[in-house]
Amino acid sequence: MSVDADTVRRIAHLARIAVADDEVEHLRGEINAILAFVEQLSEVNVEGVEPMTSVMPMTMKKRADAVTDGGNADAVLRNAPATQDHFFLVPKVVE
Amino acid sequence: MNAPAKTSKLIKGASGDWEVVIGLEVHAQVSSKAKLFSGASTEFGGEPNSHVSLVDAAMPGMLPVINEECVKQAIRTGLGLKARINLKSVFDRKNYFYPDLPQGYQISQYKSPIVGEGEAMVDMPGGETVHVGIERLHLEQDAGKSLHDQHPSMSFVDLNRSGVALMEIVSKPDLRSADDAKAYVGKLRTILRYLGTCDGDMEKGSLRADVNVSVRRPGEPLGTRCEIKNVNSIRFIGQAIEHEARRQIGILEDGGKIDQETRLFDPGKGETRSMRNKEEAHDYRYFPDPDLLPLEFDQAYVDELKAHLPELPDEKKARFVRDFGLSAYDAGVLVSERATADYFEAVAKGRDAKLAANWVINELFGRLNKEGKDIAASPITAERLAAILDLIAEGTISGKIAKDLFEICWSEGGDPRAIVEARGLKQVTDTGAIAKVVDEIVAANPEKVAQAKTNEKLLGWFVGQVMKSSGGKVNPQAVNDLLRKKLGI
Repeated sequence: MSVDADTVRRIAHLARIAVADDEVEHLRGEINAILAFVEQLSEVNVEGVEPMTSVMPMTMKKRADAVTDGGNADAVLRNAPATQDHFFLVPKVVE
Repeated sequence: MNAPAKTSKLIKGASGDWEVVIGLEVHAQVSSKAKLFSGASTEFGGEPNSHVSLVDAAMPGMLPVINEECVKQAIRTGLGLKARINLKSVFDRKNYFYPDLPQGYQISQYKSPIVGEGEAMVDMPGGETVHVGIERLHLEQDAGKSLHDQHPSMSFVDLNRSGVALMEIVSKPDLRSADDAKAYVGKLRTILRYLGTCDGDMEKGSLRADVNVSVRRPGEPLGTRCEIKNVNSIRFIGQAIEHEARRQIGILEDGGKIDQETRLFDPGKGETRSMRNKEEAHDYRYFPDPDLLPLEFDQAYVDELKAHLPELPDEKKARFVRDFGLSAYDAGVLVSERATADYFEAVAKGRDAKLAANWVINELFGRLNKEGKDIAASPITAERLAAILDLIAEGTISGKIAKDLFEICWSEGGDPRAIVEARGLKQVTDTGAIAKVVDEIVAANPEKVAQAKTNEKLLGWFVGQVMKSSGGKVNPQAVNDLLRKKLGI
């Protein structure tokens, strides 16, 4: 599996990362090198093997249905570049 | 899916009939106190960003921990839809960027949902029952809310809803008309409310639908579909489908082709329009969320929840028909809300159930609808309506007086039995007293008496006169009998 220049641009756009045209070729090489490295895994026969989700045999932790958090808008908004009346402000996202 | 098209549901185009094919993705907010993966409140309408934990705000290092009640609610809903419950399911990340989604992904379930295939039976007003297949139900997070009209160049973001648990219930494309779709959503809402797994409050956005619409010539393969996003009322779902089907038929009949796209419904204009430039071709790059282990439970866990499910609308309806002898239609009306069904049962218990159904459906619902009231706000409790029915059954009051009594109880309140006593509404059963009134009327109208002997229809006039002069408190049948005897007809 390998990617072409257009795919690199598309992945960058999906991740909202600005990539200049002169960086595309370099990135394409890096991504393909990573893909080739990972591709070695396909040599292993995993027929009938369940994907392992945890090294330790454990089940998902569950929480009781109780309100234990919130009521701290100031903390939630502390790092926001712009706020008003406890709302986050972002550049307008509709026309 | 490829059952023969029902002629009554086809839409007439300029060049012949078209069949509409509809599938719905309904997003139902799970009834829970806290969010799906955080301990913040799900309460509606809090101050901006007040029901937000650092998990919901996607601060670095925060980890999601699932709310077990939301899992139970999803299982209960699945059981209510007679669906397969998957003992193992997986949470995935659905990646996209939008300001009201601080994580940059929604935690959802993609390949392995918690609930698999099921079915909902939808009764149509014409008596037809539509079987709607359920494809799946999965748990996911809601996003925050953006306000675009507060500022000329900025959008306001409130994350209170961010992370609230939703159940996405996906139907198979089994619906063939706007009416089918509306009835299906209504039925789904009823089931969810019975189960207590979603309050179904569409005004608060607790139930919203993405509507997939395509058209085809009857018998042909499925056409290209368009998805109308986020329609938030049953009426709008109907309007959106009607408009979208017409639009697609117009394009196809003009020799065009349908582009698969996402559209928005504009309730003001009653039309759908394209959502331009919304991320070119969706590419959500789903992958299993590494912060969450698979969701697993055993069959005993499911069985325990199943054992405590309430009686569901279909079962209740069948019981009303079987035990109370109601028509399927009346039973359907009564079970549409659990509160209504409970009210009816309280009134009908140990009484004439058909009479009880008539009073609840005609008098009570008529009055509630007229005043836009919910049954919980009815000024007449089930006990009091039952007392009115008892007064009729005992022969203490006539059916006509009962309606007046209902009015008094509605507008002034009070115990029906006490009102009957206090206002002298008791039916006159003393035949001597009735005979006296009859004699008076007969004596005062000799011409009519003569006419009545040849024209029996005049009897009704006499009955009316007697009823009038007694204030409706005499038994019409007794009056009728007495008059016949008196007039010799």
